[in-house]
Amino acid sequence: MPTWLIRPEPIYARFLFLGVLLLVWEFASLAGLMSRFIVPPPSEIFPTISVLFSDYDLTGSFLRTFGETFAAAGLGALGGILGGWWLHHNRVAGAAYTDWMAAIAAAPLVLLFPLFLVIFGRNAATIIAMGTVASLPPVVLKTKEGLDNVRGVLVDVGRTFGLTRWQQVKMIMFPASLPTIFTGLRLGLVFALINVVGVEYLIGFGGMGLLIADLGDRFEIAGMYAAICFVILTSICFFYLTEKLETWLLSAR
Amino acid sequence: MVAVGQMNDAPRRRRLRISNSVTTYRVVALVLLFALWEIAGASGLFFRGVIPSTVLIAQAFVRLFGDPAFYTHFGITLFEIVVGFVIGSSLGVVVGLALGINRYTGEVFEPMLNYLASTPKVVFLPILLILFGIGVGSKISLGAISCFFPMALSVAAGVRTINPMFLRVGQSLNLSFGHRIRNIYIPALLPPIATGLRLGFGIATVGCLMSEIKLSNHGLGYAAMQAYNRFDIPTMLALLLIIFTLAGLGNYLIGRFVRLPGPTNRRTTVLPPR
Repeated sequence: MPTWLIRPEPIYARFLFLGVLLLVWEFASLAGLMSRFIVPPPSEIFPTISVLFSDYDLTGSFLRTFGETFAAAGLGALGGILGGWWLHHNRVAGAAYTDWMAAIAAAPLVLLFPLFLVIFGRNAATIIAMGTVASLPPVVLKTKEGLDNVRGVLVDVGRTFGLTRWQQVKMIMFPASLPTIFTGLRLGLVFALINVVGVEYLIGFGGMGLLIADLGDRFEIAGMYAAICFVILTSICFFYLTEKLETWLLSAR
Repeated sequence: MVAVGQMNDAPRRRRLRISNSVTTYRVVALVLLFALWEIAGASGLFFRGVIPSTVLIAQAFVRLFGDPAFYTHFGITLFEIVVGFVIGSSLGVVVGLALGINRYTGEVFEPMLNYLASTPKVVFLPILLILFGIGVGSKISLGAISCFFPMALSVAAGVRTINPMFLRVGQSLNLSFGHRIRNIYIPALLPPIATGLRLGFGIATVGCLMSEIKLSNHGLGYAAMQAYNRFDIPTMLALLLIIFTLAGLGNYLIGRFVRLPGPTNRRTTVLPPR
């Protein structure tokens, strides 16, 4: 038997696995091994995606979630980079608050949403605020880490050339710490997406999260599975695009 | 002699001064936070009762600790988190080992795990509610799914950093697969397992609490939502603080419990301080 058949390339093997999984799912559901009401076959799920676009404004829901996530991640990035810079610049503040920031990053921040709900009300501000709160700590920590680890010799070279403080920041500190800062931004974006969809689902407001909650409440199970698949695809796209952007930025540096 | 003594004292005094400044910064931050909270609550900028005084929150704590129902909710939440965490992290270790030991399996499946890890797990809750109902089953399963991914990815990455010499020694000694897992892989993987456990515990807590908040009739998340629906904000905040303390305490205990051995059996080595 040829090697490509026994051990195909990983990417083909991945698609092969997914294909086999879908086939097993289809036959198990059709043969009655799994209840079709609980786990509908893929042949029922995938056609409902077009229904979601036509009847449930899937595009609008996606754009709303996308917008909220980017607004939250953008605010998180702005605050996080400034915060990280301050913790790097002020050594005592860095020593005092970095551990706190790490503890906040590990805390279940999404559970604070009832507090934001009573402050901002049931609207997009609550969702964006929750996303921002979640995306801020990784950006702060990674920015500080990146700036702390800039090689001293690079800064010394800048000083020798008589660069001003702002020029040092612009031409040496930030380019040198860009890979670490970008890891923080990527983590911040993923955290923002997770929290945005989570809060949308919990408070029943917004885009994709609301759509899933809505379809689940109406017992439109095939549609609900289709919406979940769409959310998974969206996060895969986010992850993939930021990965590619990181590679591109690093090569263009 | 005096001059030498003063020179030796200088770094110690500098460290002491920085340490004092750090304490001052922390105390100032806490006082500022407290003052801002009280000012915001009394300012009239928010609806009445939205930002309650810290005295009211303290009273809510006292009321909660005197209420037997609180302990029932607390016990159920703790049970869900612990069971979900144990199931998810155990599966994570097994899958992580499988992906890490066999390079080809890792190349095929690890990107899929990476992609799924960045997906909001709460989207699976409607399926879990249909499968397990609104009881503890759906909460435990979401907790398990949530903590599975960081553990599996952490272990898979950890396997690849094991010093190959140890694996070759295992082969030379003709160790069985079970022996190799027990005597080489697991001891070498304690640091990534500890990282996975600490990450996983927080995420399992979020998973369980989110499902309690969405649809439940027991647990701390349910109690917090009941307080929110009654507009009893002090009790809601007291419950949220208890949840945060529980998550922090769990993380701290895991950190203390999993004593990390030195990196002697790993590929990366750390030089001792001179």
